[in-house]
Amino acid sequence: MARSGAAKRVTRMVTVPEKIPIRLTVNGNRMELTVAPWTTLLDALRDHLDLTGTKKGCDHGQCGACTVLVDGRRINSCLTLAVMKEGAEIITIEGLAHDGELHPLQQAFIDHDAFQCGYCTSGQICSAAGLIAEGKAKTADEIRELMSGNICRCGAYPNIVSAIQQAMERS
Amino acid sequence: MTPFQYSRANDVADAIKQIATDPSAKFIAGGTNLIDLIKYDVEGPSRLIDISHLPLRSVEPTSAGGVLIGAMVPNTDLAYHPLIEGRYPLLSRAILSGASQQLRNMASTGGNLLQRTRCFYYYDTATPCNKREPGSGCSAIDGVNRINAILGTSEACIATHPSDMCVALAALEATVHVTGPAGARIIAFADFHRLPGNTPQRDTNLEPDEIITAIELPPKGFSANYSYLKIRDRLSYAFALVSVAAALELDGDTIKEARLALGGVAHKPWRSTAAEAALLGQRTDATAFAKAADWLLHGAKGYGHNNFKIGLARRAIMRTLDQAARGTPQSNSDKKIR
Repeated sequence: MARSGAAKRVTRMVTVPEKIPIRLTVNGNRMELTVAPWTTLLDALRDHLDLTGTKKGCDHGQCGACTVLVDGRRINSCLTLAVMKEGAEIITIEGLAHDGELHPLQQAFIDHDAFQCGYCTSGQICSAAGLIAEGKAKTADEIRELMSGNICRCGAYPNIVSAIQQAMERS
Repeated sequence: MTPFQYSRANDVADAIKQIATDPSAKFIAGGTNLIDLIKYDVEGPSRLIDISHLPLRSVEPTSAGGVLIGAMVPNTDLAYHPLIEGRYPLLSRAILSGASQQLRNMASTGGNLLQRTRCFYYYDTATPCNKREPGSGCSAIDGVNRINAILGTSEACIATHPSDMCVALAALEATVHVTGPAGARIIAFADFHRLPGNTPQRDTNLEPDEIITAIELPPKGFSANYSYLKIRDRLSYAFALVSVAAALELDGDTIKEARLALGGVAHKPWRSTAAEAALLGQRTDATAFAKAADWLLHGAKGYGHNNFKIGLARRAIMRTLDQAARGTPQSNSDKKIR
């Protein structure tokens, strides 16, 4: 494609900003960490707190692999700045099981073979936990619609819906 | 990401003061679009001013009989609010047809209005784009323009506005409350977003030092006869190729008032007074709906890959009007279009 004039890249000199101390409650544990302003919640969890259960898929809010619960709501941690969540309560996949007992969704995903490669699974399960807490989905169609922010490239969708239905019945 | 400073605004006055001292700073609320644009190097603010904690989170009835929505109300909270679900279901359906539940939990009401286009070339910094780099040219006009605009375009830009919520707000004739150094003002929804013209870098008439504080809905919600129909490449979680918001007030099967707005086809939600006037006093039948569709699409122009949108929009307008007239709005979970 012929174009008039290539896009110019502008380089701007900036003073590298100071890192900022923040407090988060992650899976019930109070954490203090120091992050750059541009550190996403996803990178803070994985690189600063070694909680690598939350996955980086697309890193652009298009796949849902990074889904975690912030103050009880499911969000994309890749599009969230850690500094903006000062004082928040975060639940990741590592925080769902209690006393050696799997969360009902974790058990349901195993029961229904709701994954193949497993890369999207922690996001799927955290998202489903948010979905159940919202209480807006009753039918399989509604589950599919409200889980559409979580992509599974292996195509395990039918089993994911079954697993969520099982967990919804038992919750 | 290019490094940036971060600060938090304590109140609206503080936010305005902070943005005035640094013209290359930006406000951040939900961040669902801005963080993505920073990652792609399309945006490079020197500072992000966090307005997500501002006390603009209420949804309240107004003395005029409408509803005032705080700019920081998350999209999910707004869509499920009893006042909105009950009196303005068109808005509720439109919101829930956009993005994913995770993104709707993050995204703010004010930020939804300020989304940038999803034109491929705007995101691709290796190509010219007048919106990203004024004067560099438009790559979409002769490029892969399947998702681009068919109405209100210019030689400089054929981008579309990506919001679903805004299509419903346009049909409902909402107003936008903003505040800046010169004080507060109210902008009619039709005047908020701009057509590209020669300045496609400007999406809206909001000044850089102004902040959206609220959206106001007028009393009329058209809760009996409405529908929001969104046509897209996937059944969920995709931007509209064409979307239609239709709202009718009926007397039997005669149309007393009509509102129609299109999404996915222009630089702003697309309305036409002629199309709405053509429906007045008509019976709710295919002849009237076809005439309204022709008016609404008057002057539509394809750019090659997106020619299909003209016919698609015509059929979608007729179907949505029919759904509204029958009182059977399009469902977001049952994907069959009836």
